[in-house]
Amino acid sequence: MLRLSSKQILLMKTVFHLLAILPIVYLTLLVLADKAGGDPAQYIIHYTGMGALNSLVAVMLVSPLAKALRFSALMQTRRLLGLYVFFYACLHVMSFFAFDLLFAWDLLIQEVIKRPYILLGAVCFLLLALLAITSFAKVRRKMGRRWQQLHNSIYFLALAVPVHFYWSVKSEIIEPIVYILILAGLLIWRWLKSPKRQRKSAHFSGRAATKKIGA
Amino acid sequence: MAASNFKRGILQKPRWSIRENQVTPEAVFNDRRAIIKALGLGAVGASLPGQVQAGLFDLFGESKAQDPFVTKKLDFSKNSRFEVNELLTPENKVISHNNFYEFGTSKTDPLDNAQGFNVNPWQLKIDGLVDKPITLNFDDLTGILPLEERIYRLRCVEAWSMVIPWVGFSLGSLLKLAGVKSSASHIAFETLYDPEQMPGQKSRLMGGGIHYPYVEGLTLAEAMNDLSFLAVGLYGKTLPAQNGAPIRLVVPWKYGFKSIKSIVRIRVLDKQPPTSWNQLAPQEYGFYANVNPEVDHPRWSQASERRIGEGGLFSAKRIATLPFNGYQEEVASLYSGLDLHRNY
Repeated sequence: MLRLSSKQILLMKTVFHLLAILPIVYLTLLVLADKAGGDPAQYIIHYTGMGALNSLVAVMLVSPLAKALRFSALMQTRRLLGLYVFFYACLHVMSFFAFDLLFAWDLLIQEVIKRPYILLGAVCFLLLALLAITSFAKVRRKMGRRWQQLHNSIYFLALAVPVHFYWSVKSEIIEPIVYILILAGLLIWRWLKSPKRQRKSAHFSGRAATKKIGA
Repeated sequence: MAASNFKRGILQKPRWSIRENQVTPEAVFNDRRAIIKALGLGAVGASLPGQVQAGLFDLFGESKAQDPFVTKKLDFSKNSRFEVNELLTPENKVISHNNFYEFGTSKTDPLDNAQGFNVNPWQLKIDGLVDKPITLNFDDLTGILPLEERIYRLRCVEAWSMVIPWVGFSLGSLLKLAGVKSSASHIAFETLYDPEQMPGQKSRLMGGGIHYPYVEGLTLAEAMNDLSFLAVGLYGKTLPAQNGAPIRLVVPWKYGFKSIKSIVRIRVLDKQPPTSWNQLAPQEYGFYANVNPEVDHPRWSQASERRIGEGGLFSAKRIATLPFNGYQEEVASLYSGLDLHRNY
């Protein structure tokens, strides 16, 4: 098993931070250099949405990779990456509100209620906010078991977020379908490898396994 | 119809008011642009020489070293009957924010991928139910009829809009040259099919699932309406590749996807022809596709639009969308008795 010193873990986290922030620096440069297309608003909204989606894929990859590579230290980047999903989602929602709706509250409310794909996006955003707020160690301890129940909603998000993308496009559905397949594949992989299921298949006697939800 | 009927979220002026003083001359605009660009880059501390900056963006595959598509100045007169008392969308935005799926589905793809598009030689055929079929070669496109400039609003079905000075001639005048037979009822248009030049036609991933060649259509009455226009240029020059060179349709009271680009064939028919977006998603895009704030797209509202104008991110305006994109005076009579909620 690969072990890291606390210094190495810090270095690894720094690299992850840089990887997550660099695209925003690049976007800022593009917009300032007027290279974000004739309508930077749409460009920014799409770019930050893709940032959230890619971070979500990264989060979902952490524990399978940590297991497959026997690299448990990787698990320590999961909270950081999860917060970047929320960070990009914030930028996505804020740029939609600021650059597309131009701060029209009435339009925001109308759009959320009337447009199913935006409603789904809003549900995802609220869930992500809940996950971010409860991501602190103190809150986690206080919440006890309920913390895990809440944070299992990441499995819902893993499907709902790419569906929101699929639903939003006019006809270019291949890219969103690829995301849906990747994330669904990761969910199925997790389900197959879940301790509960493995115990069940190990001794198929039908005895109820002790309930313990895998992280 | 009185000017007060044209209610908008922005300045209201009579329809006939002069626009010249509101429009920034292109040269001044370009200078200003250069200054803004320089300031923008300076602000992030990237006061690098131009080539280094270009290299930085090349690194991320944003710009490709390719000779740009060549456009030429056109001789034309201004048609004062078709002006819009609203600010023009700056040229650099008109030519860098395009839906032209033949060159990729993102708004910047056409600019990136269409620069090598070869439009000379070109052939545009006008045939079908006509007395005299016509074939226009590349030079005929700008020579067969006197060119005029018209300023039109362009409303995309995605709820953004522009104001664009087109150069070209009316569709009706071309159809009259060919002589439309009395049995005719519709006009069909077809874009070039050339997968070697148009990567979107070659790869489904790039082309967004449209069945190419892209086809569009109008009723004969719509086609003969004064507003229906064949553009060979914009901002006084021949069309850039990404805007539909060398010739495209402009029907300003309909959503932008009706204004088919890079046309190779115009057929006069006695029945309604299939149209590309309608084939792909009939519940979302109808044959008529008239701009209508009261009929929402199933997934988004059409009640308002974001006008792409001059300046940065916060300079865009959200304005109310007008029935027939503000051209109801000219075209509403074409649809009397037609249920526009059903015939969207």
